[in-house]
Amino acid sequence: MALALELARPTPTWYLLLGALLFTIGAVGLMVRRNPLVMFMCIELMLNAVNLTFVTFAKALDDIGGQAIVFFVLVVAAAEVVVGLGIIVALMRRRPGATADDISTLKG
Amino acid sequence: MELLVFVLAAAIVLTGAVGVIISANAVHSALCLVATLFGIAVLFVAEDAHFLAAVQVIVYAGAIVVLFLFVIMLLGVDRTEDLDTEPLGGQRPLAAAAGAGLLGLALVTLFITHRDFDTIALGTKSSVGKLSGPASDNVRKLGQALFTDYLFAFEITSVLLVIAVVAAVVLARRAATAPVDDDEARLEVSQ
Repeated sequence: MALALELARPTPTWYLLLGALLFTIGAVGLMVRRNPLVMFMCIELMLNAVNLTFVTFAKALDDIGGQAIVFFVLVVAAAEVVVGLGIIVALMRRRPGATADDISTLKG
Repeated sequence: MELLVFVLAAAIVLTGAVGVIISANAVHSALCLVATLFGIAVLFVAEDAHFLAAVQVIVYAGAIVVLFLFVIMLLGVDRTEDLDTEPLGGQRPLAAAAGAGLLGLALVTLFITHRDFDTIALGTKSSVGKLSGPASDNVRKLGQALFTDYLFAFEITSVLLVIAVVAAVVLARRAATAPVDDDEARLEVSQ
């Protein structure tokens, strides 16, 4: 339909579609996997999907603000990975091979 | 040409993303993640985000994935998991349903709005600066936006990074007396 007519060059819609697919894959992975490290990678996938969407809108709306936001998302993602992996290392030391199910005992 | 680049990069991105969630081995997941991140970097270049593409490769594909692999090796969890057993009944169908709902929501939003880009672009004033121009200007424009309009946010992120470093040191530090998990100790005593 509308998409097929615009086959000549990728429009913003194509990039947004890819971002939506990538976000969904990340979200499903987060819900399905139990290894905390892999769950973390799925969060990275979701963050990247959002970054792709921001860059697409920056291009579509001709606004550098979209790219500036992606810069901040990258910084927050780096900080998040550092703290998250620190937690996982501390956890795995106590209980080698812990999965997301074992972490539920933390709720007390 | 642009279409070819997009299709190839999108195929790499989606293949890598699926590989992340279906690999039984965490190391394979991390390597698939690298493929996805490179594909995203290619798409960034295709969308005139040259600086972000470079940062994506250096920070994500370089630092973050290496950190992941480092932790995987450090903890010795580079073993194959058993993905066939499903400890929580109905988790996967429910996750698939939730994912389909999420995708459907995104697609509906996309198809309602995707005709409006031109009118939005014409109707709104650029908040901090225009993106269009020679490609070599991308870094200058982004830097100008970061160090003028977003200066306060930029300074806050430096505070965030310091906090993250301190947090990582505190979390990863081994206590002087290695604590034993109380639950397991009690379990062993009672047996």
